[in-house]
This record gives sequence, C-alpha cells and structure tokens, in this order.
Amino acid sequence: MLTNIPQLPLAHWIDAFVDWLVQFTGFFNAVTNFIGSINSAFQWVFDLLPIWLFILIVVALTFYVNRHEQNWTLLVFELLGLILIWNLDYWRDMTQTLSLVLTSSLIALVIGIPLGILMAKSNIAEIILKPILDFMQTMPAFVYLIPAVALFGIGMVPGIVASVIFAMPPTVRMTNMGIREVPDELIEAADSFGSTEWQKLFKVELPLAKTSLMAGVNQSMMLSLSMVVIASMIGAMGLGTKVYFAVGRNDAGNGFAAGLAIVILAIILDRLTQSLTRSRKQG
Amino acid sequence: MAVKVEVKNLTKIFGRRVNKAKELIQEGKSKAEILKEAGATVGVDQANFKINDGEIFVIMGLSGSGKSTLIRMINRLIEPTDGEVLIDGENLMEMDKNHLREVRRKKMSMVFQNFGLLPNRTVLENADYGLEIQGVDKTTREEKAKTALEQVGITGYDDEYPAQLSGGMQQRVGLARALANDPQILLMDEAFSALDPLNRTDMQDQLLDLQEKMHKTIIFISHDLNEALKLGDRIMIMRDGEVVQTGKPEDILTHPANEYVENFIENVDRSKVLTAGNVMIRPVTINIDKAGPRLTIKRMRNNEVSTAYVIDNSRHLVGIVDANDVISLIRNNSSDLRSVVKSDVPTTQEDKPISELMDDISQTGIPIAVTNDKKQLLGIIVRGAVLGALAGNEVKDVD
Repeated sequence: MLTNIPQLPLAHWIDAFVDWLVQFTGFFNAVTNFIGSINSAFQWVFDLLPIWLFILIVVALTFYVNRHEQNWTLLVFELLGLILIWNLDYWRDMTQTLSLVLTSSLIALVIGIPLGILMAKSNIAEIILKPILDFMQTMPAFVYLIPAVALFGIGMVPGIVASVIFAMPPTVRMTNMGIREVPDELIEAADSFGSTEWQKLFKVELPLAKTSLMAGVNQSMMLSLSMVVIASMIGAMGLGTKVYFAVGRNDAGNGFAAGLAIVILAIILDRLTQSLTRSRKQG
Repeated sequence: MAVKVEVKNLTKIFGRRVNKAKELIQEGKSKAEILKEAGATVGVDQANFKINDGEIFVIMGLSGSGKSTLIRMINRLIEPTDGEVLIDGENLMEMDKNHLREVRRKKMSMVFQNFGLLPNRTVLENADYGLEIQGVDKTTREEKAKTALEQVGITGYDDEYPAQLSGGMQQRVGLARALANDPQILLMDEAFSALDPLNRTDMQDQLLDLQEKMHKTIIFISHDLNEALKLGDRIMIMRDGEVVQTGKPEDILTHPANEYVENFIENVDRSKVLTAGNVMIRPVTINIDKAGPRLTIKRMRNNEVSTAYVIDNSRHLVGIVDANDVISLIRNNSSDLRSVVKSDVPTTQEDKPISELMDDISQTGIPIAVTNDKKQLLGIIVRGAVLGALAGNEVKDVD
C-alpha cells in the first residue's frame, strides 16, 4: 500500500535549496574570508610563541584562575601533557586544532548568547528556536559537511562552520535557562527601582546567569572539539587529520597517540573554562 | 492631612477571559463562580482606599487574599485590569514607560519578603543600586548608600556579600537600598515575614524609630495581625481580593466589621494594642476646692465606692481619699479634707499600652489614675475593665 504512494523527493528539494544558496558566492566568500582570518589570527599567535613559553602561559593561566584552591595535580598534568604533545611532534597539529576550537567557540558564543537572551525574553522565540536547536544538535554532524563544502569550499572554514552549527545549541540553551531561572523577586527588585531593560539585562540577569552561561560555553567548546576528527575529512588540518589518516592506514599506534593529544587538549580546555566559572562566582 | 496615594476601583483579574470575568464581577458573582464560568481568577476586586502623607498603612490578609497583588499594582509591577492609582494626584495608569520609570526611581521604593538582594553585588553595591541606574556618580551614590546603611544600623559590612549576612542583616540592606533613593513612598511586601521572631520585633522597632525621623508614606503588607497592629497607623483587612475593613488598630479591635474580622482578631495579643486610654473608666471624683467631708461621704455612698479621686477646680489630680478616713474626720468635727488625702497614687499616661501596665495593675490595690501631660485626671484603670478588654469585651463606662 505504502508503495503506491510516490516517494517524497526530500533529497531533491534540499539539493535544490543548496544549489540555490550556491549562487550567493560573493556572500559566502566574504564569510569564508572572515572566519578564515579569525582562525589565522589565532594560528599566527600560536605559531609566534615559542613552545616553552606557550606551555608556561597555559600553566600560569591555570594557576591564576584556580588561585583560590591550589590544584597541583592539574598543573602537573598540564605540564606533562603539553610536553608529551611536543615530544610526540604533534605541536603544530595541536595548535591548529586549538585554533579551530577557539574560532568556532568564539563564533558560537557571539551568535549563541544573543540568541539565548532573545529566547529568554520572548516565549515565541523559545517555541521557534527549541526545535531548531534540537535539530542542530541531533542531526549527525557528518551531514553538515556536505553543504559546508559546497558553500565554503575545502579547508578549515567549512570545518569551523560545521563545528559552530553542532556546538552552538548548549550556549543558547544555557543562556536561556540561566536568565529564566533568575528569581522573580530579583527581577521585580530591578523593575521596582526603575531599571531600563538593558540595565536589567546587564546588571541583574546576565551576571546571575553567568554560571549557567559559562557551563554552556564549556559544553560548546567540548562539542566543537569532538568535531575535529569529522572536520578533518573536509580538509580541516590538525590532530583530527592525524587520526583520520591513521584510520585510513589502519595504524592503531599513531591513531591512539593523536587521540591522546586530543584528550589532553580537551581536559585542559574543560578545566580552564570550568574554573573560570567557579572563580567568578566567588566574586 | 494630604492624601499621598489614592486607589480607585483597582482590580486585577488573572486568566484569559478577562472581559467575561469583569462582566461577572459587575453581576456580583462570587470568586468561585467566576473561576468556574470564565476560568479567571480575581486577584483584587475593586479596591478603594486613600493613604495619607506620612502614615504607615498596613494591608493585612491571609495568603491568597490579594494583598501582594495589590501592592504590586501600586508601582505597576503587576498591570491592573481596571481602576486607577493616583500618586500625588497623578494617575499612574496613564503614564508611559519613561514617566513610570521616573516615578519608580524617585518617588517609591520597594522592600521584598525574601530581600531581593543581588547575590553578585556587595552590600554597598546593593544599597546603591537604585542610584546607580539613575546614573548618579560613584562618590555621591556610595555616600548616600553608606548613610542609608548607617540609618538601618549596618556599618562595616560594605564589602561583604549578602550570602555572608544573616536574614535580619540582609533585610536591613534591603531597607537601606530602598532608603538610599530617598523615596517618599516605601512599599514593604511582607518585609519582615521571613525573619525569626526576635529579629522581626527588632526590625519593627527600628522601622518605627526611622519613621519618627523620616515621615515617609509606608505601605506595609503583612499577614501577622500583631505586626499590623503594632506598625499601622491604619490597617486595611483583605479577604479573597476584597477589602473587608479599613480603620485604626483600636477601631478594628473594638468594632470588627464582620465575623471574618472578629475571627481574625480573636487570637491577637490585645495588651500590646489597647492603651490605658482604651480601658480607663470614669472615676468618682471629689473637687477639693468645693467639697468638704460630708459631701464627700455622701457621694461615695451614692456611688457605692470606698475610695474617691480628689481633684481641684482645674481637674488636676490631687490624690485619693478613703471612706474610713473621711468618716473619722467627720467624727472629729474637722472639715480639713486635705489632711486625709493620700497623694501617692500610681499614675500613667493615656497612650501607654496595657502590656506595660500589667505589673503595676497586679501590684497595687488601688486603681491606676490616667492623667494627661498637664496632670489632669482623665480616668482610672480597674482590674475588671482590663481583663474584660483583654477578653475582647467593650469597656463600659460606669456613669
């Protein structure tokens, strides 16, 4: 019976849509250049720093954000972990991955936080955005690669775009949740003293939503890190490429070594953003 | 007295079919019927009252009586469905956003039940929040905030965070934040309800002390009748969104408008509300400038008393005389009534709460004389009248 119904040409429609988008080459080129230049800026800084100085900065930064609780194990782990990456000769790949993660997190933040605020302020926006966010997060990340290549070509940028789409939802959601969870009485207090909407947002809502917001940023960063191997399939360079090549060559040793470098990077980024949340909260 | 805040027909209906609910109110349907027919809840039903400049006006009611909704309509934190709020004659309902914000900034401040302090700001930063959003420069606003903190008795905690302070201290910061703006009207929503009893009493006393200096118009929400009676110059009792009775504390105690108020005031500690003036009765008096011993004893016999209060021509209290002393005076053929007058009579003032007189009443055998500041005799307090008043009976005069 079902066979009698003609098949829905969904794939054709999407193809047609992507083809239609491709005609705006100028726009996509501009976006590509813009994202590419952010990424290059990160990369430029990382290339400029001597490796020992880079390690020192990371350790010092960790020490600073954790200054209220001396966490020596983390410091030692970071030191040894980064030296290991250096020793395995993955340093350049690691910085490429880091640039990709930082660029996509930055973009996810810049787009995600305002969206989260909009979602918290407007119930209609929440109703519209919620299913879109669910879609963005549950659609297999591979799928984003196909139109990304069509629109942004090969290289870092489509990888970043795919990462942004996949990694942004937590930031939006957590910003929304954080603002919505500000106690009513504090909103009333802000209103009763005659705050404008902007004053209420910047002096009451965002500061109180900070913990939840930072948790969202942390999640976004971890998600974009999880995209690096996938993004390497379309030419985004970095540790992901090493893993991807190792898979192609059935080279378990190098695959694990590169994977381990990703894990080390993930732990450092995770702990850093987490402790940022905590130290801010103490005020 | 000038009217500061006037509320006319203020109504709030929560729900979707507001217009239908409005019609039903006009038809005089009850809250339950409106909920059933229109699916709307009547929060406040056509409240009407005036608040005078410089008075503490307590709005009293149990939870769900609409008192919190009502106070939030006075600064439009909740948008009324119908009615008017006039502040100094200006209709709040007709104001645009900017005008309303200006009124909230300059004219009224609110104190919240759970303090409503910003946890990410220090005590000082909380206290100057109202000034900060007005764009007052840092030095001025910190100075004002510090003065306000001093007024409420918090010094040396400027850089602490609210979470580090006890509940009582936090509410003092809340009060300081409201005072820092120097508003004319203070809206206090169950401001002391979250505090423990000792702290609550403390804060009540402090508010009364402050009010003596500041003379603000204070609208105070409470569900605690004892608190209402202690603080309120006038009290308004609400039930199910309707105003049940408005009046002075003694009026409400002595003349409850209906059974609901009667039940409400049943358990109140009257000794703290009723004053000497409320329970005093008119004594048998002898004017020493006119009467001699024989007239005295005659009056005492007629009134069936064994002691009488002696006054002079201008009603100044001279003392008391005992019937036995007067009789022996007559036997000795003396007419000098003054020689038997005992002048050590316990006295008190009219506005003394009974609770403070309990010791004297129980210790002395003779009734306490109530005098005004010119030492003129106004009345006396007898034990029976006190007990009767505490039990909720009206005090009946002897005459």
